[in-house]
Amino acid sequence: MSVLELAGAGKEYAGGVVALRDVDLTIGAGEDLAIVGPSGSGKSTLLHLMGTLDRPTTGKVHIAGEDATALGDDALSRLRSRWLGFVFQQSYLADRLTAVENVAVGLLYAATPRRHRRRRAEDALDRVGLGHRRDHLPHQLSGGERQRVGIARALVNQPALVLADEPTGALDQDTGRQVLALFRDLHAQGTTIALITHDPIVADTFSRRVEIRDGRITP
Amino acid sequence: MTDALHEAWRGVRGRPGRAVMSGIGIALGMATLVLVTGIPASGQADLDRRLTALGTDILVAQPSAASEDAPALPEHAAAMVRRIGPVEAASAVASLDARVRRTPLADPNDTAGIVALAATGDLLRTIRGRLASGAFLSSPGLPTVVLGAQSARWLGITRLDPARPAQITVGDTRLTVVGILAPMPLTPELEQSVLVDWDAALALGFDGHPSVVYLRTAESQVESVRDVLPATLSPELPGLVGVSRPSDALAAKRASQGTFSALFLGLAGVALAVGGIGIANTMIVGILERRREIGLRRALGARRKDIRRQFLTEAMLLSALGGIAGVIGGVVGTFGFATTRGWPLVVPLPALAGGLAGSVLVGALAGLYPAVRAARLPPTEALAT
Repeated sequence: MSVLELAGAGKEYAGGVVALRDVDLTIGAGEDLAIVGPSGSGKSTLLHLMGTLDRPTTGKVHIAGEDATALGDDALSRLRSRWLGFVFQQSYLADRLTAVENVAVGLLYAATPRRHRRRRAEDALDRVGLGHRRDHLPHQLSGGERQRVGIARALVNQPALVLADEPTGALDQDTGRQVLALFRDLHAQGTTIALITHDPIVADTFSRRVEIRDGRITP
Repeated sequence: MTDALHEAWRGVRGRPGRAVMSGIGIALGMATLVLVTGIPASGQADLDRRLTALGTDILVAQPSAASEDAPALPEHAAAMVRRIGPVEAASAVASLDARVRRTPLADPNDTAGIVALAATGDLLRTIRGRLASGAFLSSPGLPTVVLGAQSARWLGITRLDPARPAQITVGDTRLTVVGILAPMPLTPELEQSVLVDWDAALALGFDGHPSVVYLRTAESQVESVRDVLPATLSPELPGLVGVSRPSDALAAKRASQGTFSALFLGLAGVALAVGGIGIANTMIVGILERRREIGLRRALGARRKDIRRQFLTEAMLLSALGGIAGVIGGVVGTFGFATTRGWPLVVPLPALAGGLAGSVLVGALAGLYPAVRAARLPPTEALAT
């Protein structure tokens, strides 16, 4: 079954700028996918449509078989909390919360009882290899560790699809490689991953690659 | 709900300095509210306490007509009043048409407004009076006199020396001062008089008709005794006997001192409103700074209403914390004011509860617009760097 399906999806912004046109893309469960393209190619717009953070002006977006373009804000938000996990270029951690508390924020909108959140957040931190840093504050962590906390936050609700937007963009090469290795491990354990990058070397580490240029994708 | 409060607390704690600054307005409003309700209430409690100590069960009966030919009370007025069931004690005094002077040599026209009254030994017990020094009239017939607190000051006799008894001149007779009364707030007219032994006064040539009857009754029967007094004292012309309750006059006097509070209550309202505007400002600035947090939460599955609720709860919490701080400040201030005046501390609970609810409401109103704005922020825009 496909986790995500874009059918003829396009995005035209007010003023006539077309960021994305007629994109067909299907991601099956268990896949690992890199979407690669230069800046201005429409990568971010594509990620926003895939993540239901924005609505397409043409075409359809299906998440786990459900037509996301037909849903209202409440249902769409529930869809995100149940099926999707986001990893951004910056980790967006709250300064005053410990690593485990930051990860638990990922369960705040997923109808998880309070008493279960901490344990599940600890499990997610263990999965990204940061179990020993759970009570550290973000400023006590390195950049790579912060990004791994962000990944744990995306994983904590066991999403069907993890969407990563340039997750290594703010990291040095060594740390970036470690984060990519983590993605490979997670994929090996069964997580479906779609990663967006401008870097062909990063894209090469994924088994499926999709190129995007001028708002069109070339499989 | 717990989550909302928890997240709101995190939001407030995340910017402690700004939270304090924006909460100050609400705190000032609440402190004002507590002060303007607490201070009059404490004063009232003090009055109640003093009235309880003084007694609200004392009545005063006297001819109400001020004219020359006012009917005199019967000679045995006190005894007649004592026969009314619930009356516990009664005592009469009579004004003497005599000047009070320090010595016979003093100018007869310089009497300082001191009134000479004939009184009997049971007066002190009836009005629960106390002596500042000496004894009360206890030997009927002897030329003795007891001074009211005020008249003692005016006459310059503030201490009694048993070895050299002081004397004053009432009319043309010298009387020995045997006692000085302590201040009696309920019966100021007695403070400004000298009380001459009843029998000694008869010797001065007064007709024996009392002018005022003081009486004490069972607390629950004050009103009914008050109703039957005129007919008891003057069966023919009951309308000419007036009865008053000294404690009522004192209470009315104090009540008029609490009227300024409406103005200050308005001031408290203005302070609360200004505090609300401060909170609204803080929240709006907060949204600009927290765009990414909002975007992240949206990506994690927060609905618009979750974001709205988060910001609204945060504004209400901020306001409630300010309100609590204000209550503490106001109570401390009221306590300080009451203590310097020797009043008990009273803070009206309805004002407190209403004020706290009001500050939460102000927070909700102040947070409404920022919350709606935060919720309307599109996730993609919030996440754009």
